[in-house]
Amino acid sequence: MTEPNDKSRRGFLGAAAVGAAGLGVAAIAPGLHLIEVSQASAPGKGASSKVRWGMLIDTTKCASDCNACVNACNSENGINEVLKDPRQGSQWIRKIDLKDSKSGITHSLPMMCQHCEHPPCVDVCPTHASMKRADGIVLVDRHTCIGCRYCMLACPYKARSFVHMTLTEQNPEVPRGQGCVESCTFCVHRVDKGQIPACVEACANAEHNAMLFGDLNDPNSAIAQRIAEVKTTQVRADLKLNVGVRYQGI
Amino acid sequence: MMIQQQTKTVDGAFYFALAVGGLISAIGVAAALYMEIMGHQVSGMNNQIFWGLPHVFGIFLIVAASGVLNVASIGSVFGKKAYKPRAPLSGLLAIVLLAAGLAIIMLDLGRADRVLIAATHVNLTSVFGWNMILYPVFFGLVGLYVWTLMDRSKNQYSKAVGTAAFIWRLVMTTGTGSIFGFIVARQAYQSAILAPMFIILSFAWGLAIFLIVQEIMYARSKMELHPQLRARMKNLLGVFIGAAMYFVAVYHLTNVYYAKQIEFTHFILVSGGIFPLLFWGGFVLLGSVVPLLLLYAPGFSANKGSVTAASYLTVAGGLCLLFVFIIGGQAYPMDMFPGMQVTSSFFDGKIDSYTPSLPEILLSVGGFAIAFTMTLVGVRVLRFMPQDDVAKLQSAGYLHD
Amino acid sequence: MVRLLALMAFLIMGAVASFAIHAAGVPKPMVKVEGSGQCIAATEEMRINHMNMLGHQRDRSLRQGIRGEKASLIGCVDCHASKSTGSVLGKDGFCESCHAFAAVKVDCWQCHQPKANFKAAGNAGATGAAGAVGAKP
Repeated sequence: MTEPNDKSRRGFLGAAAVGAAGLGVAAIAPGLHLIEVSQASAPGKGASSKVRWGMLIDTTKCASDCNACVNACNSENGINEVLKDPRQGSQWIRKIDLKDSKSGITHSLPMMCQHCEHPPCVDVCPTHASMKRADGIVLVDRHTCIGCRYCMLACPYKARSFVHMTLTEQNPEVPRGQGCVESCTFCVHRVDKGQIPACVEACANAEHNAMLFGDLNDPNSAIAQRIAEVKTTQVRADLKLNVGVRYQGI
Repeated sequence: MMIQQQTKTVDGAFYFALAVGGLISAIGVAAALYMEIMGHQVSGMNNQIFWGLPHVFGIFLIVAASGVLNVASIGSVFGKKAYKPRAPLSGLLAIVLLAAGLAIIMLDLGRADRVLIAATHVNLTSVFGWNMILYPVFFGLVGLYVWTLMDRSKNQYSKAVGTAAFIWRLVMTTGTGSIFGFIVARQAYQSAILAPMFIILSFAWGLAIFLIVQEIMYARSKMELHPQLRARMKNLLGVFIGAAMYFVAVYHLTNVYYAKQIEFTHFILVSGGIFPLLFWGGFVLLGSVVPLLLLYAPGFSANKGSVTAASYLTVAGGLCLLFVFIIGGQAYPMDMFPGMQVTSSFFDGKIDSYTPSLPEILLSVGGFAIAFTMTLVGVRVLRFMPQDDVAKLQSAGYLHD
Repeated sequence: MVRLLALMAFLIMGAVASFAIHAAGVPKPMVKVEGSGQCIAATEEMRINHMNMLGHQRDRSLRQGIRGEKASLIGCVDCHASKSTGSVLGKDGFCESCHAFAAVKVDCWQCHQPKANFKAAGNAGATGAAGAVGAKP
């Protein structure tokens, strides 16, 4: 897909727009897409409330037998521990297969933290460990998480996992450990460097291009324009959480 | 009639009970430590059912803590003379049960070592955050209340402090019910009725525990509770059990009324295996109907044993109800995509099962042992024994027949 | 009286012991600094203030998204990890040797990686069978 020429250099980002490199993206190396420095978290500046990071998932492009996003997430975030009971393992992103009970139509989609504007996990956290950055990314501050798991009860998306064992294999940029709750971070350590989340990149590399990441607040961003054009769905829209992850085609 | 006097008897049974209680408590704490070191992989909990048996036992004790204070409130706040001698014991049990319940919940935290953070980083939009204020103030108020009851020079304040404690305990149990009541994500929980339901449940569970403790204390001291007093209290227990059943029924009826929750209600009441079994067999039959029969059926009702048995069954039924409510509510999958069949690697759309592991069981039982041990020491060192001035009660028209 | 004497004796013994230690000098921890080049501040300041630097930086970095500050735990590890073990932990590790000596328990390494340039090995079976299925290009 191509981008309009008047597109500002701000906030342009996304796997679906890899082909339009040169307009807003400086493709320095494969998989490394620099956001304009003012947009990324520049030294000393921090996350800006002008930005609202979001993701659009086109379920018509998502293949049921593909797990590229999940694998990329696991290796990016160092999720490689093996638990005897698989229900105790962490899953920051997972593939869900849907089948309409009436029509029999099937869909496949990745599900992860939806990065709500009004996150129930943040409301219920007794210690402010569940938190939302100014740019809309919902995180767990492991320095204050006491592992009460109330956020897991409150999350409507089953997006949170509790770390059930001692970890030693963390990637340096993704600290995670026993006794704390965790979930998708939108690869905040990459986003702050001007890169896109690992899952989005992997989806593009697998040539599915089902995931698009960008700034929902910037009317010129690819994601905002797509959302303006096509019908998108918020999962559990009835809760009015105004999620950051939208789905197309379900 | 004479005032029944507690006669202090020095017996080995006290030290034996203390040793047993202390040992089981210590084993419970050791089990929690083991879970803390190994991680919760040694528990039966997982990422779908992440609140397990410790939460059932812990929340039961916290709810009962508030309910057991009712006995004191009836005396101080509502002026019923028969309950006044029971107020100190009621206050002691309130403190002890809350402490034991909180001990279980806190020892089960993923990072129990950071429990102080819960006090230093309070988030007031969180119901847990409120509890960081509700519980300590409850300890303080009830402690003060017991002081005004037991120190004769402070007796004049007991009504005022007792009223404050009574109001606070209502707020506190509203908070406990709201832990679940504000959860919009799940079919089982979001409901305004949960706060009053938990208050009524606390009345029944607290009184049941009080009656058990009182009966044990009287038996150990070779004292006898006046049959008319027992009759009054067993009638109150009956009313509370009936009211609890009513609220639980309304809770399920409202869930049936909301179309999207009817499948969940079918699961929890009919098709869900262990959960309907524990609900109907545990809470309804053994925990409510049988106790009511024991309390009211002719031939049983005035009997000491039947009142005590009814109290024990009420406690067991309460634990069953909370197991169904807490664990059943998590076992049933969340309905993210209405009208769709859902499958995933994370067990979406699947009904989960839960088997508590040994450390969880030891921690849960250990919590009850902590309550037992603290009560044992409390009633040993201070005069908490309810002692009735039967003649006075009789002249005041409190004892009929 | 006996108790009082015992208490006095205890206090005197304590005082003598502490003098003796002072006179002999406490064995200092062996903190190996293997990295070449400058630290972000003078050694004296780092000794006194590293925890405050890291504590404040971690909150700004995580909660406000302020990146690229001078102090960073990854920075510490990159410079100070032992050449032989690759880690700041272990008996002679930069962090552990001193923290063990000072008896100050730190909580960093439950979550943070103590090895320099560590890369977690792929993604194993954390996600069960599904995690092992690769992308179909």
